[in-house]
Amino acid sequence: MASVALTNLDPASRAAARGWSDLTIRNMFIIPTLVFLIVFNIFPLIYSLGYSFTNFAANRTEPWQFVGLQNYRELLTDDHIWSNFVITAKYVIVSVAGQMIVGFGLALLLNRSFPMKGLITTLLLLPMMMSAAVVGLFWQLLYSPSWGPINYVFGLGDFAWLSNPDSALYAVAITDIWMWSPFVMLLSLAGLSAVPQHLYEAAAIDRAGWWYTFTRITLPLVSPILLIALIFRTMEAFKTFDIAYTMTTQPTAELIAIRLYKQAFQQWDTGKSCALAYIVLIMVLAITNLYVKYLNKVKER
Amino acid sequence: MAAVRTSSEVALNRVAIAAVLVATLVFLAPIYWIASTAFKPKELAVSVPPTVLFEPEVTPFVRLFTKRVQMQKTVDPQVYDAAPWWEKRIYDGGERVLKVGKDVQLSQYPDRFMNSLIVAVISTVLAVGMGTFTAYGFSRFKIAGEADLLFFILSTRMLPPVVVAIPMFLMYRAVGLNDSHIGLIILYVAFNLSFSVWLMKGFMDEIPKEYEEAALVDGYTRMQAFFKIVLPEAATGIAATAVFCFITAWNEYAFALIMTNRRAQTAPPFIPSQIGSGLPDWTTIAAGTFLFLLPVAIFTFLLRNHLLRGVTFGAIRK
Repeated sequence: MASVALTNLDPASRAAARGWSDLTIRNMFIIPTLVFLIVFNIFPLIYSLGYSFTNFAANRTEPWQFVGLQNYRELLTDDHIWSNFVITAKYVIVSVAGQMIVGFGLALLLNRSFPMKGLITTLLLLPMMMSAAVVGLFWQLLYSPSWGPINYVFGLGDFAWLSNPDSALYAVAITDIWMWSPFVMLLSLAGLSAVPQHLYEAAAIDRAGWWYTFTRITLPLVSPILLIALIFRTMEAFKTFDIAYTMTTQPTAELIAIRLYKQAFQQWDTGKSCALAYIVLIMVLAITNLYVKYLNKVKER
Repeated sequence: MAAVRTSSEVALNRVAIAAVLVATLVFLAPIYWIASTAFKPKELAVSVPPTVLFEPEVTPFVRLFTKRVQMQKTVDPQVYDAAPWWEKRIYDGGERVLKVGKDVQLSQYPDRFMNSLIVAVISTVLAVGMGTFTAYGFSRFKIAGEADLLFFILSTRMLPPVVVAIPMFLMYRAVGLNDSHIGLIILYVAFNLSFSVWLMKGFMDEIPKEYEEAALVDGYTRMQAFFKIVLPEAATGIAATAVFCFITAWNEYAFALIMTNRRAQTAPPFIPSQIGSGLPDWTTIAAGTFLFLLPVAIFTFLLRNHLLRGVTFGAIRK
């Protein structure tokens, strides 16, 4: 590949001969980044892959032993871990579905001209820019059974959102919907504004109803970008740690990332945590793959 | 397309705008609650019914920044008169500000806030710096397996923090980087670098190649063309990327929770740890949260035209 011309510039020209060669510059610009990412992301993962086959515990000094696939076998047959995955799946479905509905709904409402539209759109985007851990913590006060404004406004008395095992997970999901619906809204708005206006005009001339126009014109044209939002939010919701961790300690809201954190840094079951981390990692990479595929598709249009 | 507008369309439009206003109020309510609680007297933060309008109070911020003790007996009137106004407010609340000589003893909050600032600023400079060079490389030169390399770079961003944190914790412990600014900065650079490469590549792709080619014909070397032509053209993109990286590092929680506990601890793991046991003092927590969220709110407004690009790694640009 070294002999390939790197740009449109003629490699034999005088301009290309001055200073460092394009090849040198290219390598100088790209290699440090790749090395950095390999050293601080890939190497640690290889390191932890090794530990995932041992019974290593980081808080003890006695030597660890190679245990083969035992960690993986134990994890895959552990009911507790399975329940964490089921909790995570419920959380992903509820919170992503909520975000898609609220976010797309908001975008449909915003997709018209009115005074101060820019300001209102930016205000609506504020929640997603804020720290999930810190804001999530504050939702404890909003949800408080004794003096929380939410229970007061909705007349829910002393309903304990976050310490009730049945509702804790959904309370976290509601906060997540509040934080991330704006993300779906932002992407949907971009999709909606890209729908050619003449299609709507043609539909109006044909006296097409609102529903018909929506399902035959709007949805098909916006769906690629909605899909991007859906995949991205699914991946993020699957990885959720901070918001749930600062909001509640209910075991019924113990997402897989929280389980992993506890196993690694509270029980110090390091070898097994590395194995669990790998199981999670493979799932995330599968979704990432899908995400990049669709991202590139939208990009090409 | 203003041609035909039936009265039902006009009505529908009005309803939609009203709905938008209601939704905006609902979405801003939790943020208003944080901001307002930061200025409430202690008892109004947990009042029933919840207090919406009140006379603002500065004591939450005084309590946020100082160490205090409950007073055993009433304060000496002479001491009270000599105290500055903000200290009087603390006396009024039955507390005394701790001092060494004349110096007020500060709480841990200013330290944690500074740690957040140090870590976020330095990691942003490094991530955006490296990202800009790399993005230029990807934008202008032919690279074997370019799509795969870019996917590899993006995939590092998607790694769940807790997954990366387990081996990094062990490695940092071995070399003594636990609870250090450098350790956290390295993690944040690694986390933001991929984002910065993708976003900057989008901005670089928009700068016409002809600009540099003209400069090369005029006798510039490629490095001179990069620094004198490309970088100034990319200034807006660099600024937007930097703000995004800053916000990500500023908000990050999981790495900070795992890797730091005292010296280098940043604000996000510190603020929840203030809850402690017993009845939490929500006004002080709100004051800390308010100051912590303020820069992000300001940056969101500055970034408003780049938000879409930012959250899609530069793939969708409007």
